[in-house]
Formats: sequence, structure tokens, C-alpha cells
Amino acid sequence: MSETTHDTLAGNAERGEPLQFHETTEHHPETGTLLGFWIYLMSDCLIFASLFATYGVLGRSYADGPTGMELFDLPLVAMNTSLLLLSSITYGFAMLRMQANHLRGTMVWLAITGLLGAGFLGLELYEFNHLIHEGAGPWRSGFLSSFFGLVGTHGLHVLFGIVWLVTLLFQLKKHGLIPENQRRLFCLSMFWHFLDVVWIGVFTFVYLMGVLP
Amino acid sequence: MSELDLTKLIFGRLTLESIPYHEPILIVTFVMVALGGLALLGFITYKKAWGYLWSEWFTSIDHKKIGIMYMVLAIVMLLRGFSDAILMRIQQAWAVGDAAGYLPPDHYDQIFTAHGVIMIFFVAMPMITGIMNYVVPLQIGARDVAFPFLNNFSFWMTTSGAVLVMASLFVGEFAKTGWLAYPPVSGIIKSPGVGVDYYIWSLQLAGVGTLLSGVNLLVTIVKMRAPGMSLMRMPVFSWTALCTNVLIVAAFPVLTAVLAMLALDRYLGTAFFTSDLGGNVMMYINLIWIWGHPEVYILVLPAFGVFSEIVSTFSRKRLFGYASMVYATVVITVLSYLVWLHHFFTMGSGPTVNSFFGITTMIISIPTGAKVFNWLFTMYRGRIEMEVPMLWTLGFIITFVIGGMTGVLLAVPPADFVLHNSLFLVAHFHNVIIGGVLFGMFAGITYWYPKAFGYKLDPFWGKMSFWFWTIGFYFAFMPLYVLGLMGVTRRMNHFDDPSVQIWFIIAAFGAFLIAIGIASFLIQLVVSYRRRDELRDETGDPWHGRTLEWSTSSPPPYYNFAFTPRVHDMDAWWQMKEHGYKRPEEGFLPIHMPKNTGAGIILAGIATVLGFALIWHMWLLAGISFLALLAVAIGHTFNYDRDYHIPADEVAGIEANRTRMLANHV
Repeated sequence: MSETTHDTLAGNAERGEPLQFHETTEHHPETGTLLGFWIYLMSDCLIFASLFATYGVLGRSYADGPTGMELFDLPLVAMNTSLLLLSSITYGFAMLRMQANHLRGTMVWLAITGLLGAGFLGLELYEFNHLIHEGAGPWRSGFLSSFFGLVGTHGLHVLFGIVWLVTLLFQLKKHGLIPENQRRLFCLSMFWHFLDVVWIGVFTFVYLMGVLP
Repeated sequence: MSELDLTKLIFGRLTLESIPYHEPILIVTFVMVALGGLALLGFITYKKAWGYLWSEWFTSIDHKKIGIMYMVLAIVMLLRGFSDAILMRIQQAWAVGDAAGYLPPDHYDQIFTAHGVIMIFFVAMPMITGIMNYVVPLQIGARDVAFPFLNNFSFWMTTSGAVLVMASLFVGEFAKTGWLAYPPVSGIIKSPGVGVDYYIWSLQLAGVGTLLSGVNLLVTIVKMRAPGMSLMRMPVFSWTALCTNVLIVAAFPVLTAVLAMLALDRYLGTAFFTSDLGGNVMMYINLIWIWGHPEVYILVLPAFGVFSEIVSTFSRKRLFGYASMVYATVVITVLSYLVWLHHFFTMGSGPTVNSFFGITTMIISIPTGAKVFNWLFTMYRGRIEMEVPMLWTLGFIITFVIGGMTGVLLAVPPADFVLHNSLFLVAHFHNVIIGGVLFGMFAGITYWYPKAFGYKLDPFWGKMSFWFWTIGFYFAFMPLYVLGLMGVTRRMNHFDDPSVQIWFIIAAFGAFLIAIGIASFLIQLVVSYRRRDELRDETGDPWHGRTLEWSTSSPPPYYNFAFTPRVHDMDAWWQMKEHGYKRPEEGFLPIHMPKNTGAGIILAGIATVLGFALIWHMWLLAGISFLALLAVAIGHTFNYDRDYHIPADEVAGIEANRTRMLANHV
């Protein structure tokens, strides 16, 4: 955009017209919110990268404690994963309703997304509770520390996403689909899908590979 | 029993015993800080300035004011960090042979840790962030940063980290672990006290601020450049700021993660970095240096940018090799991620790994060397004016090249095996950080001070500061190279061998010269303020600058530019002057601006309380402050009324003033 402006201006200069050194109308720089949020997500991704790396190093340091093969309950995790993946789809539906400028539909789909997220979180808490009661808490071994660190951080993100989602529901009810709220919906959408992508990594790297001998 | 539990619930580990009233040095310091603080508070109250400070500064979202507040924070913390340095220098010069000095190991260890942490996180970081905040939007022709509220919030989070570090001086203790808090020393077994917790939470709070300001400036540079300013027409300082912020965004999350894991080890008894139960200490050291090495480039790149601006301005020449300067900056940015292991060659990862990291480290000197040549060629056949910023630049070039060469020496793994953990290393990194970052910041402060305040800094005291700093630096750190080669290790508070003493005495002498340099800088601020009418800059362009920040008035109006500039050249303002640019004096339009908000300082204040509560295990207070933090943050999102328009009349009035001022000047 700015390049083309320049080219025409250079053209002007060649034709002997004076260069214009300021805008004479109000200049609107592009809004950077979505880019900024994306950059924030990438930095968050690096937090997960550090935790994945730690799990990569410590993931088999059982310290004579239980191993992933003994602990992980794959059907439960499969259920968990389906809930989260489904919630990404329902968030997609919410965005479609938003594009159609349909407030009620957006809110309903958002609420469903939140419930699925809460379901995911509930199952995760159940799993954590179960592990701790079996004597496999995060303090048992390097493996379990890095497991709880990684999966727990993801869970905290989902919790934060749900708090945000509920806040946004109130704001939608109050102000409707105004541009600010649409922008927020876009940001939360990126956040939510990002958590899904991270979870796919967790599911594969931690659970599926964890049950291998 | 239940009463005890209640006390514990409220006060956690905090008891009257935590106040170090049995340490005379700390008591004297505390009394002085308290008296100074009370005097300052009294003065502000006497001047009835609280309302002004609150509405014009603390809640301001103006990038220029936030930039200045960052600088104030950095200078205050510089005094603290430097006091630590003087204390160490006296101790080491004194405690040889039978003399024990005056600082017991327990106290000495806190001092060197605090010195490192403060100088990096609360002096160097706020300084570069402050200068970038002030200059970048002006240089790219923008009215503010992309996220003005976040900018204010970032500043206050950095400050709250600094507040916690300062609190550790008088309530409890600070870490005794060295500035990177390696486990197992920083683990709960070896460091059961609150020191490491102060370390963790102050860095986590400040880290939030740094990360957000990184995102903010990055988006500002990518999205808000004036029309016509393509990336390859962007001033070099903005380029280095761009690369630094990329590094911030890509490095600080790793610090956040690794400190969080250390906190889990300490608070929940997990086994990330413990010596037993399958933990891995080297994991911590790897991760923290994956942040730590980019961090040194985060600090030095903006300084390179400052020097580039100054060299071309005071040589009256276009910067030599602009494109190579940009590429060198980008190459350094990328390479800075590929060298972290050189901080612990002695880990023993084998010849293959060590040679890889040794070679990548040496390669970094190539783009850096290219930059040095670019600066020299810019000066070549230029009309050099020896103003104070130029003096700092010349001092930098010489000092930094020496520091760079000792760095290349350390990059050779076998040499590093000998010099690892010695004073040679301490001399090396002070050589590059003082000679690079600090000189760069002083150069930048002197260069942009007239822009920020409307008058130049007094050159006499500037020269005093420069010479005392430079000569003091050589006296203080060259002996450490010698000592390092003699095999003296770092972080010692006593030496048995009397032959080392003379070198420490020379180093202490150097530190006192630096103290005079710092004093001269402070005197310079006062003297310049009193002589402000003589030093006044009415044109907005006191140095015959080349970039857009000099096209507006000094200090700039809060909207920066009445009309957004249009750029056709790398040295945009220089070209405007050459084309006989007439600034518009009518036809002003209303300007869209963000509104001030108190949310940033309130959130950061609550975060400080939260940090303090976590440090002292005050679980009740921690819970309450966490909920309060969440509530205020959510409450803030319900505020949709965040901007306003400056009426065209107001703009016209401000611009008419400037027209009068320019007319008077000529």
C-alpha cells in the first residue's frame, strides 16, 4: 500500500511536480489488534515449547515411580480430546453467526463452546485428582512434574479462555455485535483454536507416545 | 493453636524477625531511603503535585511520558545497583589475607545477586524500553504506540518488579544465588528463605511488562509507519528496535516458563530441577540461557541503533551502508538464538556440540564487525562535530571492540574451560554491557534530551560524565582481566593470596571514578534545568537531525504531528529540509487520540501485593489480591469509551504557538 503511494509520488516528482511531505486528510493507520494478539499467541506458544522440551527431557525420568503406560487412561483422554475438538467446531459456528450479524446465534454457539470447554476441564480435573490419589502427584518424579506442568498449563489456559468467554457473553448482551466485540470474538477465536492445536501436541506427544513401552 | 494458624494465614512467614534490624548497614540504608522518600513525598504534597502527577503522568498513555517514566525508574535503580557495586569493590579490595572485610558471605552473596538482577532487569531493560518508547513512534511518524493502555500497564508492571526487589532490602532478604539463580542452590533445600522467591516474583511481574511492551512496539513498527516509509526506509534505530522487540517476544516466554518451573519446585515440591527424583539441573541452565543470550542482544541492539543515528547526524552524512546495517542487525537477531550453550561449555556436552556453539559465537562477530566498519566509514570524510553524544559513540567504538575481542576469545571452548567462572568473564561482560549498552544509553539520553524537554543538556557536565565513566571503566575492569587470567574466580568475598590485592585496589579506584561519572550526570541534569533558557531548543531540530522526530517541536505536542508525514527517503526530515519544506499553518483537522486511564497502575499495584503475598506465603492475601486482579482486569474490559478527538481549534492553537516560536528564533 505504502509502496504504491510512493511510486505515484516518485512519478510526480519526475514530472516536475513538488513532493508532498504530509497527509492533508486524517490518516488512519491499520488497527494492529489482531496482529498483536497473534504475536502474543506465538509468545505463549514458546511457553508451551519450553514445557514440551522439558517433558521431552524428563518424560522418562520415572524415579522408580509409575510410568505413563501404567497411568494413562486413553479412553478418558480420547473423550477429553473429542470435547475440546468439538468446541473448536462450535466456536467456528459462533463466528459464522457473527459474520451473518446474528447476535443470538453467536451467543448460543459461544455458550455451547464454553460448556464443552468446561466439560474438558472437568474430565482433566477428574484425571488429575485420580492420579494424585494413586500416589502419582507432580512431586513423585521428574516425569510427573513435567506432565502436570505441561497439561496443567494447558488446563489453566482453557480455564482462562472460559472466563474470557463468559465475560464476552455479558459484553455481547450489553452492546451487541459492535466492531469492538467482533474484534474480541476474533481474538478469543484465535486463542481457542490455538489451545486446540496445543492439545493435539499434548495428546500425541504425552499420551499416545507415553503409553508406548 | 488456632490463633497461630490465623497469624500464619494472614502473615505467612513474615515475622518481626524478618526485618534485618541487626544489620547496621541495612539500617543506615533504610533510614536514608526512608528520609529521602519522606522528603520527596513531603515535597510533592507541599507543591500540591499529587493530582498533577496522577492525571498527567501515572495514568498517562502518552508514549513520550511513559518513555520518560521508564528512564526515571532506570536512573533511580542505577543508583541502587551501583551502590551494590561499590560495596563489592570495597569488600574485595579490603578482605585479603587476615582481613575479613566488612561484608559477611551471607550479605555479600545477596549484594552480587541484587547487583546483577537490578542492573539487567531494572536499569538496562527500562532504559532501552524507555528510549524505544519515546523515540520509535516519533521516528516512524506515528501518533502513539499501537496499544497505548498496554504501554502504561507494561511500565507499571516493570515498576512493581522493581518495588519488590527494593522491598527485599528491608523486609527479609534477597537471593544469594547469583543473578540467574541456578538450581540446586536456588532450590528449596539450599535456599529455604524468601530470597529466591523475591527473585522469582519480581522477575515474573517485570517480565509481564517487558513481554507486553515487546508485542506493543513490534505491532507499532509493523503497522503504524507513516505512508511511504517502507521497511528499507525506516531509520536504523527503529530497525534495531524492531529486532529487539522480536527478540523480546521470542525470548521472554522461556524465562517465564523456566521461572514458573523453579517456583513449582519451591512451592509444590515438584522435581523439575532437583538433584533427585529424576529432575535435571542442566535443563534449567539450558532454558535460562535460551532466554539469557538473546537478552544481551535485546540490550545492545537498540544501543547500536542509537550510535547509528548519532554517527550520521554528527558527521553530517548519510549513514554508510544502510542496507548492510539492517542485514547485520537481522543476522545478529537470528544468530543470538544459536549460541546459548557457550555460557556453559564446561557442562561437558562433548566436542561436537561445543564446537558448534563456539563457531556460531564467533560468527556473530562478523555482522557486529560490519557495523563497526559502517560507523567508521560514516565518519570518514564527514564533518564531525564533537558534541557529547559523539564522544560517547567514540568511547563505545573503542571499548566495545576490546570487549568483543575478549568475547571471541571466550568463544573458543578450550580457552573457556580455563576462564570459565573467572573474573575474566566478569570483565568481558561488563566491558560489552557498559561500553555498549550503557554508553549507548547515555549517548541516547544526551541526543534526545532536547527533544523530550525542550533544552539541551549542559555539555561541560556531559563531558565530565563521559571522561569519568570511560577512564573509570578502564581502571575498574582491566584489572579484572588480569585477575581472571591469574585464575581468580568470581563471587568471592575473601582472598587468601595477598598478591591479588593491588589489582582489586585499582579496580575499586576505578569504581570511584565511575561514581564521579554518575554524579556528574546527575549534576548535569540539575545544571541544565537551571540554565534551560540559555540551552533552549526553539526549532525542534537542535542537532540538524535527519529523521522525523526532529521535524516536530521540542517537546512534541501530545499528538506528535499535526499532519501525518509522508516519507520518500530514508533520511526523511533531511530530504524535507533540502526540498525547502514549509510546515502547514492552517487547515488543521481534529485528531483521534486515546484517553488516559488509571487501570494500569491499579492492576500493577494489586500485582505487587500479590507478589509480596506469594513470597511470604500469605495465602489469604494472595487469594484476595488474585481475585481483585481478575476483577479489575475484567472491569477494565467493560470500558468501551477509550478515545476522543482533539478539536481542530486546539490543534490550531498549539501549532500557532509553534509558528510564533519559530518566527522569534529566526
